[in-house]
Amino acid sequence: MDAFLNQVFAGLATGGIYASVALALVMIYQATHQVNFAQGEIAMFSTYIAWTMIDAGMPYWPAFFLTIAIAFVLGVLIERVIVRPVEQAPVLSVVVVFIGLLVIFNSLAGWIYTYTIKVFPSPFPKEPLHVGDHFFSAHQLGAVGVTLVVLALLYAFFRYTPLGLAMRAAAQNPTSSRLVGIRVGWMLALGWGLAAAIGAIAGMMVAPTVYLDPNMMSGILLYAFAAALVGGIDNPGGAVLGGFMVGVLENLLGAYVIGNELKLAFALVLIVGVLVVRPSGLFGRVHVTRV
Amino acid sequence: MTPASPLTAASAAPGKSRRIALAVLLLAICALPFLVTNYHTFQLTMVLVYAIALLGLNILTGYNGQISLGHGAFYAIGAYVAAILMDKWGVPYWATVPVAGLVCLAAGFLFGLPALRLEGLYLALATFALGVSMPQLLKYKHLEYWTGGVQGIVIMKPDPPFGLPINQDQWLYYFTLAIALVMFLLGWNLLRGRVGRSLIAIRDQPIAAEAMGVNNSLYKSLAFGVSAMYTGVAGALGAIAVQFVAPDSFNIFLSITFLVGIVIGGLASIPGAIYGAIFIQFVPNIADQISKAAPWAIYGVFMIGFVYLMPVGVAGAIRIAWARIRRGSGRNGQQ
Repeated sequence: MDAFLNQVFAGLATGGIYASVALALVMIYQATHQVNFAQGEIAMFSTYIAWTMIDAGMPYWPAFFLTIAIAFVLGVLIERVIVRPVEQAPVLSVVVVFIGLLVIFNSLAGWIYTYTIKVFPSPFPKEPLHVGDHFFSAHQLGAVGVTLVVLALLYAFFRYTPLGLAMRAAAQNPTSSRLVGIRVGWMLALGWGLAAAIGAIAGMMVAPTVYLDPNMMSGILLYAFAAALVGGIDNPGGAVLGGFMVGVLENLLGAYVIGNELKLAFALVLIVGVLVVRPSGLFGRVHVTRV
Repeated sequence: MTPASPLTAASAAPGKSRRIALAVLLLAICALPFLVTNYHTFQLTMVLVYAIALLGLNILTGYNGQISLGHGAFYAIGAYVAAILMDKWGVPYWATVPVAGLVCLAAGFLFGLPALRLEGLYLALATFALGVSMPQLLKYKHLEYWTGGVQGIVIMKPDPPFGLPINQDQWLYYFTLAIALVMFLLGWNLLRGRVGRSLIAIRDQPIAAEAMGVNNSLYKSLAFGVSAMYTGVAGALGAIAVQFVAPDSFNIFLSITFLVGIVIGGLASIPGAIYGAIFIQFVPNIADQISKAAPWAIYGVFMIGFVYLMPVGVAGAIRIAWARIRRGSGRNGQQ
């Protein structure tokens, strides 16, 4: 039972990471109906930026927040410069542009920082925490906590601030929003910035456990896709819940049923399964198109 | 990206001068292995292999509009089928190619069935997942007896038959060339007629196509199967040429390489597959000299650049330039 609980908890910890990346994907999907294949690589690249600053002697937390700010600017820039021209283009062009971004960030990281893996520090204490008879890694607990804090902040931002309201309006009905004076284009750019910032947080939280290398996010991105789809790709809360679910399921299946080698295949089955059986996910809205 | 109808170019009966030009080109292609080193011959063989794979992906993505980011998986299946047949059962290399094609036809058709329910972005997502998870599936320990696990399988390079006075690399080049010609001829026949028109109609106006009596589901899953078959044949030939298969050479970046190839060569274009193959074979070789990461940076920049500046790809650009030259010289061009 103990081992089982530990597996569940470890699943929740990785699930938190998937949840953050899924949240970033959902943010962009909601605003633009595009799935950002480069999300994972942007997160990975931001983590390298944090690593550079920490390696140069900066304390962890200033580097953490500075990285979030840099990632935000990076996200806004990508939207303004690269994504904007293909906004109305066919899906294939958009996918090709995103895949292009993916390989550019991946190769830039490899070019600048080489492909050797790097150790990324954790801000949380190294000693495991006791709760009753159980030992929990402080980093895992911390990562879950950070995810929940990010979620709460985002919720508050979208629910209680005028800017959040404007962003929601721009995503839901661009034309009417423009008529009431919302600058829709900038709202989209802002959405990209926020998504990149969330991705950066996820990257910095996952790097201490999986180590930093240019390909660290490819598996995580897949799980995040699965999480977003399970939860409903247009529902932020659903995506977070989906992230935790996928994390726990993945860990339990890995430990007891299919073994660690087939974990990615599990994500594949989950993605295809959800898309075929219930494309709107557990909590998503069902879309009806008039033909 | 809406490529200009490529069928006009493909279905136009080749004129006499064009036929002569094609014959000269073919002769030049046949003479190439005697003019370059063995290593370059091997590279040219790989161009042909990639061209077959790209034609396959183009049937699906370019002509039928179904985005696949996981065609590396079918290439891998083809390669492994060939390698396992040769390694475990001693099947001659030439017999593995059709088997690989058939296995991939079935695999593609089966994957195409759930894919019917997925459109655009979602299909891209599902195939992306297929591409990412393929290496792990190949490493699966219960398949290790056949796949050789992480180590992969080493296979022997075939000797030229009938005591032909050429070396192994040259023979492999001609063998691949023959299969490539057959595959391209088949593809050209398939795409210039009824089937090709149906595929394009489904891509551009699925509802109208359905109303015109095109069986959308059948054609879409068949396109998936045929596309996978082409890629599987290419995978088998690639395995024989490289003499080695291992899980990590079939990662998601292989699938992305194919996507780069059709975007740069030209979507929905048969010659585009060849231009794309030349690009993905030689550009990384040149760029590798700058840095190990450089080829991918160049791929990325080219992908985005082509989407913005030349969405019709190299094949489309050549077509446009050719049409301009013909108009310039006062003749009444077909285009």
